Amino acid sequence: MAFYVVQFLTGLASAASLFLVASGLSIIFGVTRIVNFAHGAFYMLGAYAAYTLTERLSGAFGFWAGILGAALIVAAVGVLVEMILLRRIYHVPELFQLLATFGLTLMVEDLVVLIWGPSDLLGRRAPGFKGAVDFFGQNIPTYDLFLIVLGPIVLAALWLMFQRTRWGVLVRAATQDRDMVAALGVNQKWLFTSVFALGVFLAAFGGALQIPRDAVNHAMDLRIIVDVFVVVVIGGLGSIVGAFVAAVLVSELNAFGILIFPKISIILVFLVMAVVLIVRPWGLFGKPEAAARRTPGLTLNPWRPLTTQERMLALAGLILALAVPLVAGNYALTVGSEIAIFVIFAASLHFLMSVGGLASFGHAAYFGLGAYGVAFLAKLAGLPMLLCLLLGPLLGVLGAAVFGFFAVQLSGVYFAMLTLAFAQIVWSVAFQWVELTGGDNGILGVWPEKWAASPSHFYCLSIGIAALAVAALRVLVFSPFGFALRANRDSPLRSEAVGIDGKRIQWTAFVIAGGIAGVAGALFAYLKGSVFPDSLGISLSVDALVMVLLGGVDTVSGAVVGAIIYKALSIWLVSQTDLSKLVLGGVIILIVVAFPKGVVGVLETIRNRRRSHSKDSSLLRSQIESAE
Amino acid sequence: MKLSVEALNSYYGPAHILFDVALDVGDGEVVALLGRNGAGKSTTFRSIVGLVAQRSGRIVFEGRDVSDQPTHAIASRGLGYVPEERRIFTDLTVDENLEVGRQPARPNAPQWTREKLFSLFPNLAEMRGRTGGRMSGGEQQMLTIARTLMGNPSLVLLDEPSEGLAPRIVEQMVEAILTMKREGLSIMVSEQNLHFTRLICDRAYIIERGRICFSGTMSDLDARPDIRDAHLAL
Repeated sequence: MAFYVVQFLTGLASAASLFLVASGLSIIFGVTRIVNFAHGAFYMLGAYAAYTLTERLSGAFGFWAGILGAALIVAAVGVLVEMILLRRIYHVPELFQLLATFGLTLMVEDLVVLIWGPSDLLGRRAPGFKGAVDFFGQNIPTYDLFLIVLGPIVLAALWLMFQRTRWGVLVRAATQDRDMVAALGVNQKWLFTSVFALGVFLAAFGGALQIPRDAVNHAMDLRIIVDVFVVVVIGGLGSIVGAFVAAVLVSELNAFGILIFPKISIILVFLVMAVVLIVRPWGLFGKPEAAARRTPGLTLNPWRPLTTQERMLALAGLILALAVPLVAGNYALTVGSEIAIFVIFAASLHFLMSVGGLASFGHAAYFGLGAYGVAFLAKLAGLPMLLCLLLGPLLGVLGAAVFGFFAVQLSGVYFAMLTLAFAQIVWSVAFQWVELTGGDNGILGVWPEKWAASPSHFYCLSIGIAALAVAALRVLVFSPFGFALRANRDSPLRSEAVGIDGKRIQWTAFVIAGGIAGVAGALFAYLKGSVFPDSLGISLSVDALVMVLLGGVDTVSGAVVGAIIYKALSIWLVSQTDLSKLVLGGVIILIVVAFPKGVVGVLETIRNRRRSHSKDSSLLRSQIESAE
Repeated sequence: MKLSVEALNSYYGPAHILFDVALDVGDGEVVALLGRNGAGKSTTFRSIVGLVAQRSGRIVFEGRDVSDQPTHAIASRGLGYVPEERRIFTDLTVDENLEVGRQPARPNAPQWTREKLFSLFPNLAEMRGRTGGRMSGGEQQMLTIARTLMGNPSLVLLDEPSEGLAPRIVEQMVEAILTMKREGLSIMVSEQNLHFTRLICDRAYIIERGRICFSGTMSDLDARPDIRDAHLAL
């Protein structure tokens, strides 16, 4: 019995940091409507800054001053980020905001390694809280007790701040109606900045408080952000009380889940999240969102099927691509195969995003599932390659069918967070279920059969499948199914009124996109000869998002161009610099701020502008841009 | 001159809504902006306070050109705006709603305190702790006016204050607006209800399809039944 009590208390102690970070995310979202992906990065920065400060400042006072000082310094960094970056993107679709803040996360990851080095850092123990309390023979660290008390204190302080101060009243008013607050003479700029500073302070404080419990390392940002997303999805975005309750719930599930399913305790959290989402899609303490702002899909250049001339051009391009093996060497062909595979992957995400209006932040899950599907079939069942390529992606389809069912219940940022959490769950299952997946060591020796083994043959196979996939998706876009999907994207209410079952259609699109991503993953497994948990990871999901964005989210097939440019660039970049995350993060932010239409989008706009010289239509276009 | 608008053009996306709207409000004057649904009354007000992003023209408030100012700057100069949809903060209590509107006193404008506002709208005094979402339409309309007055404005734009209200509440509204006028507040009120307008206004503009098509005193308007019948639903 004592053991369970201690386990419970450990859970509560973990909940404290999680609550701090999650409440910060919630507060920022409440007012600015931005889901700050970089919140994990601020948490990590808080921990690193606290490590450095507490090493420098001696004594008990030095320690606590270091913890607070770290949080304040990082909050100041947050203010800079808000003023320089976020103010430029408050009016862009939420997908772009998520991506920009993710780009920031990438940059911070590399900067942290540059400043503090790659190895884990062990921080000081908290003065006055070094010992442990004996509880019927079980030890409870006093620092845990301190954290358990701290959580409710912070909750109460936040509550007072929001309920009892003029600032709190203004923030709550702005959460509901920003324009009206402005019309009453309140300058929101500083309101937003102060809210962001508070949110970042909470995240950094949470990180700083972790140093006596855990080593500081440069991967802690992604670990916490997934937990935080789960917490706010369960608790409800924008609700501080919800963040507290859900943080406790998730931490306790983790604490006890370890006892029930030692290897895959995250399953328990997933089950609870699924139940909450079915009963209350907006979370336990959240409120149903008013009609979400329209994400991608404000199509400035109307979509149409290719003209005969353009079809010929595409065909010529394909023939040209197939002729590459005549001149290129093996390395170039392997790179070419990889690019072709990512064209398939990016096109599948693009279909889900642009046509379905669903921006998934965890699309790599289905890519990776396809890869693992092939690996299982080839290694465990010993099936021939063609059969594996056909059946392997079914694992992606299955995953997309299960997760997609829950995910399409939501939209906008909730959808993005949920898909990310799902992908991370699949990743940790692959990582932890060593008996089946080999864990971190992956599954090796998944080689293609002789007929496809040579780089040139495999290249042609990849190009052929990529062409088929892209063509099939284009046909879908201009099929009745595609029209229904777009109708639902543009106006869920109206499309429902004409008898379209929106959720089912989105689910179908999710499964199709997952299946095609699975095909890409299956090819990828054969290309690399192995499968690792990385192919389910967040960074791959984000790669795909950047490809779509680079190509142009409002185009029909921009992802093809985006994938080619992005993949070629990043392969080149990795060979050139060790700081590829820093550069990549910078590029992402640059695209979002300066170049949100993508390559193909810009080309189309230029072409359309040339076509119609009339002043009116160009005026119209610039007006639409500045609207929203 | 309190407010003077010249050559105001506004757009929603590709749609051109207002065409060269010109109007002005004198010190302490109550002016009506009349027109049918969709004529452009709300857009005119929203454009004046800077809530319509795409607009051009000159908006001079108390001798200063505010056309390039952001909404909050215009509002904190003392130009109050009461939207048609009321836009009460439904999660906030009556007191908190008033707090959001609070601004320092201005030398050239009547000063309002909570107590003064509660005597102007007695219903509100009884529900200071109630959240905005649990109030009736009439109570919300009073709260939204009181909230704007908390900013001690020198000019208020009232967008259809009588819309959807019970006759008894409309009478209270007339009383309240007349009190505001007596305090020296300049008011521009958009309306479809000619009767209501006649009780409170000195002058009127009529707007039709985004263009001002009549300007004159209330008696000028009464002398031209043809204009009234052509542009206003009775």
